[in-house]
Amino acid sequence: MLSTAGYITYLFLQKTYLQRIGYALLFVGFLFHTVYIFYGFAESGHIPVANLRETLCMAAWAVAGVFLFIQYRYNIKILGIYAAPFMAFIMVIVAQLPDEPTQAKTIFKSFWLISHVIVIFIGEAAFALACGIGLLYLLQENAIKTKRHRFFFRRLPSLDLLDKAGYACIVVGFSMLTLGLISGFVYAKSIWGRFWSWDPKEVWSGITWLFYAALLHERLAVGWRGRRSAIMAIIGFGVLLFTFLGVNLLLEGHHKDFTKV
Amino acid sequence: MPKIVLLGINHETAPVEIRECIAFSQDESALALQTLHRRPFIDEVILFSTCNRVEVLFVTQNTSAAIAETKKFISDFNKIPVEQFENALYIHVDDEAVRHIFRVASSLDSMVMGEPQILGQVKDAYRTATSLKTAGVILNRLLHRTFFVAKRIRSETGIGDRAVSISYAAVELGKKIFGTLREKKVLLIGAGEMAELAVEHLIRHKVGDIFVANRTFETGVELAKEFNGKAIRFEEIRDCLKFVDIIISSTGAPDFIITRDQVKRVIRTRRNRPIFFIDIAVPRDIDPAVNWLTNSYVYDIDDLKGVIDENIEDRQREAVKGERIVDEAVIRFREWYNGLDVVPTIIALRNKLESIAETEIKKTLHSNKMSGQGAEAIRKMTHSIINKILHDPTVFLKKDGMHDNKSLFIDIVRKLFKLDT
Repeated sequence: MLSTAGYITYLFLQKTYLQRIGYALLFVGFLFHTVYIFYGFAESGHIPVANLRETLCMAAWAVAGVFLFIQYRYNIKILGIYAAPFMAFIMVIVAQLPDEPTQAKTIFKSFWLISHVIVIFIGEAAFALACGIGLLYLLQENAIKTKRHRFFFRRLPSLDLLDKAGYACIVVGFSMLTLGLISGFVYAKSIWGRFWSWDPKEVWSGITWLFYAALLHERLAVGWRGRRSAIMAIIGFGVLLFTFLGVNLLLEGHHKDFTKV
Repeated sequence: MPKIVLLGINHETAPVEIRECIAFSQDESALALQTLHRRPFIDEVILFSTCNRVEVLFVTQNTSAAIAETKKFISDFNKIPVEQFENALYIHVDDEAVRHIFRVASSLDSMVMGEPQILGQVKDAYRTATSLKTAGVILNRLLHRTFFVAKRIRSETGIGDRAVSISYAAVELGKKIFGTLREKKVLLIGAGEMAELAVEHLIRHKVGDIFVANRTFETGVELAKEFNGKAIRFEEIRDCLKFVDIIISSTGAPDFIITRDQVKRVIRTRRNRPIFFIDIAVPRDIDPAVNWLTNSYVYDIDDLKGVIDENIEDRQREAVKGERIVDEAVIRFREWYNGLDVVPTIIALRNKLESIAETEIKKTLHSNKMSGQGAEAIRKMTHSIINKILHDPTVFLKKDGMHDNKSLFIDIVRKLFKLDT
């Protein structure tokens, strides 16, 4: 199953000119993936984020889901070029990691935790795509500004569409991140009796949240859009990546479990 | 077997002085068609005349006589001696003539490759010919194939895809920036043919309000009326920058009319909405440094020309695909055309009857369990019936002295018996 998902996304990469096929394949891959995750969920009784392998697998699934939605909503065909290899890359790493059945812990069975995990993942996937769209925006803007209309200019959609789609991604990502943080707080309260425990993961999530909040604020208040907004989306995703992986690998904390190799 | 002949001149073989002498107007070409059709040796004829080309396409039994006849006709009709245009003439026969008309209609042979008007012009010429009944079986078929090929090339290759005029290139760029041009506000500074054409293109894409600024306010008012827009004074341009999205500038001013500082100042009031400058003026009206401000884009005349050159290259690359489609269509047409000859038609007819007879004989023999002598007798009888049936049509088709209508009758026979499948 994992190899098919990887293969399917790989195919998408190869067939940039046959977008439809790639899109259909990705869709099928996504369905399989969904089934797989639910199966794992039903079997072990907890959300499959107990180790790095499962976490990344989940992340790829979330990116695929959000990508399919964006593709459906905005029809940015070219985005597949970014999203598909990205997913394929994650899945390749997943395939490299050993699959050890983990001990189900009771703390993974709370409603708040499940919603915390799912919401956070969707949010992060949306940010990942916002970063991708930001990259495409910069490419296209560069093509228009430097007046070299070669490869990308033809294939990329208009700046306006990229800007809107990127904005939509950030709005979705931001609301999901907010919800995720809230559910995390509630969960923390119920387990440890306090909302905030200065865990590095929590701190970095807070930083990420503030970063995107600033980006949205600037856009709404002074109309930050286009280039700057695209660059911010890319940097923001860098911060997010650090929160997601870096913190776990470099710093200690109670989120540690789910990147355990 | 009749020949398809094409005789013509175009922008490559003849300078405009000769083309304008030979060109036929709409009324003239109707008259010319009828006259040509009445001349000996010319069975079917179509005449096609635009500012870039004059082409006479005809079907004849006697190629050289018909060519001489046509040359003489052109010379008489336009009162110009044959020697003057003879060198510019090209003459194609059969496959080459077919290929030529395919290429012309699909705009592979046009001055601006991929331009869409030519197909309509060929269609008009054909309509004139059919209404005057100067086109027969062969040219009817040929022209229908031509329209088919032209449409196929247009839809299967990108030959007409990218803009090749300055004003249209500007519109395409605008689309890449704004997505849709709907409700975008346009400011035209100055006047000029190219700038006005660009505004017209924009209007066709349903842009919003149009503002016109001119040094002399009266001229501006007049232009604005033309576009259903609003005239503003030259001094108001700076304020206007706060809300317009597309600026087309084409003035004779020696210095920049819009400077980097002016644009920079309005970016915040515009809430960073993109702004697109099209500078058609020489010397330039808009400071090129404006291009490096965020969310503002400047294209001057050279930039637009660069875009067009690239697009033309693209079209030429696409044209290769078009040529392949033409090659294919020429072969297909040849197959049909060869079938128009008497002998293959008679053979095809005989084969058809015999295959029907063979199936029916088998059925009859099988269901009645017949064999031996009786079966042999039935076979013999069937074959002589076929021979008798075919005798008269064969004699009729082979008869000489019916050149004019031969292809018509052959075509009817082929259609009646469904010989072309």
